[in-house]
Amino acid sequence: MMDGKFDDALTGEQKIRNFNINFGPQHPAAHGVLRLVLELDGEIVERCDPHIGLLHRGTEKLMESRTYLQNLPYFDRLDYVAPMNQEHAWCLAIEKLTGTAVPRRASLIRVLYCEIGRVLNHLLNVTTQAMDVGALTPPLWGFEEREKLMVFYERASGARLHAAYFRPGGVHADLTDKLIEDIDQWAIEFPRVLDDIEGLLTENRIFKQRNVDIGVITEEDVQTWGFSGVMVRGSGMAWDLRRAQPYECYDEFEFDIPVGVNGDCYDRYLCRMEEMRQSTHIIRQALAKLRVEKGDVLARGKITPPKRAEMKTSMEALIHHFKLYTEGFHVPEGEVYAAVEAPKGEFGVYLVADGTNKPYRVKLRAPGFLHLQSIDFMCKGHQLADVSAIIGTMDVVFGEIDR
Amino acid sequence: MSEALQELAAHISLKRSDAVVSSEVVNGELTLTVAPNHIVALVEFLKIDTACHFSTLVDITAVDYPERVARFDVVYHFLSMYQNHRIRLKLAMREDQILASINGVYPAANWFEREIFDMFGILFSGHPDLRRILTDYGFRGHPLRRDFPTSGYTEVRYDEAQKRVVYEPISLVQEYRQFDFMSPWEGADYILPGDDKAKVQS
Repeated sequence: MMDGKFDDALTGEQKIRNFNINFGPQHPAAHGVLRLVLELDGEIVERCDPHIGLLHRGTEKLMESRTYLQNLPYFDRLDYVAPMNQEHAWCLAIEKLTGTAVPRRASLIRVLYCEIGRVLNHLLNVTTQAMDVGALTPPLWGFEEREKLMVFYERASGARLHAAYFRPGGVHADLTDKLIEDIDQWAIEFPRVLDDIEGLLTENRIFKQRNVDIGVITEEDVQTWGFSGVMVRGSGMAWDLRRAQPYECYDEFEFDIPVGVNGDCYDRYLCRMEEMRQSTHIIRQALAKLRVEKGDVLARGKITPPKRAEMKTSMEALIHHFKLYTEGFHVPEGEVYAAVEAPKGEFGVYLVADGTNKPYRVKLRAPGFLHLQSIDFMCKGHQLADVSAIIGTMDVVFGEIDR
Repeated sequence: MSEALQELAAHISLKRSDAVVSSEVVNGELTLTVAPNHIVALVEFLKIDTACHFSTLVDITAVDYPERVARFDVVYHFLSMYQNHRIRLKLAMREDQILASINGVYPAANWFEREIFDMFGILFSGHPDLRRILTDYGFRGHPLRRDFPTSGYTEVRYDEAQKRVVYEPISLVQEYRQFDFMSPWEGADYILPGDDKAKVQS
């Protein structure tokens, strides 16, 4: 009998049909509660249907019945990997509507902690992506650094994760000189840790085999799917909101925007590594400015609490404090869209205020929502094993996608 | 910045006078109010026209005003990475109206429109896959409408006898607390707690 002749085997039962599998919702490479319904032809992904919403908590609905200040902690719970970057967008939206100017020291502290948040996020993303494709050591080394950064979070706000530290009109509390020195010491040492992690991954044969030429995105795809953040920069476009539409005081900082060439998973990994170095650079600049820039960290006024010492002597200050934390402040009628360059991309808040102490409607624009939407397009034609690499590179966190 | 936006607004309203109802620049943000039946043509123009070149769809959302006849405001945000400017489009529509999907122009609109359908019950014509997205499988109602209670209508629990998760009407031990901060001296137009009793006695 000749090889390659299988006509006799083609009975109805033996005909090959595509295979449907469920990926998640409990899968270590799904980065949370993602359920993918994959249609496979052998090992090639034909179709990929993401089912999201398993972590939906109705944040936008809840926010409509709470005051502006009570809503702030909800932002920590969106992208819980870099909490303060989200709070920043909320504060910017309120400040834009109320016309509040933030004191310079508070502005510098915000930049400092936003960049710490970026390092926190990229450390988690890069190392867990390495874990998804088979490496175990990078997450152990990366989480060690995350731990140190969370201690800085705790020393500033009292909470390791859900900080609620940025407030409309500034930041909640001032930093001590000791903390500034300690962060500086960390920022001096951190590039060496990055070198170590890069030594594990950048030229690693397995890591490159799993990432190079996987999930290639062109400039056109970026526009089609509304990508932002590293997903844009990995494809060679130097688009960064910190540079293109500067907010806070980013325009006085010196930093480079790393861009990729090929737009594949490996280039995005390289971008993230370089962004951590740039963030460390910004952190050191911010610390240098903070050493000379003393002063208040809250724009004292209607939307911020009075000083503690003032409350001991002034009746008005006491009433103000009581009213602020019960009724809250009123935001003038209007609508505003405030966006920040969160580690994952453009995080935006669309706020419709009706002049009361609660927002009429808030829409949270999460970057991961758009990135995950394109998963069908990105996975088509790739192997099943590449799906986890693509999920990793898209940097999805379900707190912000499901809201 | 705002002069450039004014110019852009004038440019768009000149070229697409049928679609643009009005325009304003507030807080350095350009908002165009547009007619619902021209939305797809306008969005296509915004994408193609070189002065606008709105390459990226940032966001689509809706706002519910139950007291209005045209109950919903649908709000679109676009960004141009090349011209470095943003725009907001706003249109008002009734509950029974069907809006044209812009999925053909911006494929990124797919999930945003699904989310609006899920949360507000607005239907989009020409959408390839209008399923619910964020709520539970088999969920009923549209949570972000103002008349939907924050607590919802059902709750789930694991039933030991049936060995599965069961859905039950929600039972709250205490009523869901919605504080209002209206001063009774400054025109609260509802009956204050206790005042209802006073009438019965007299």
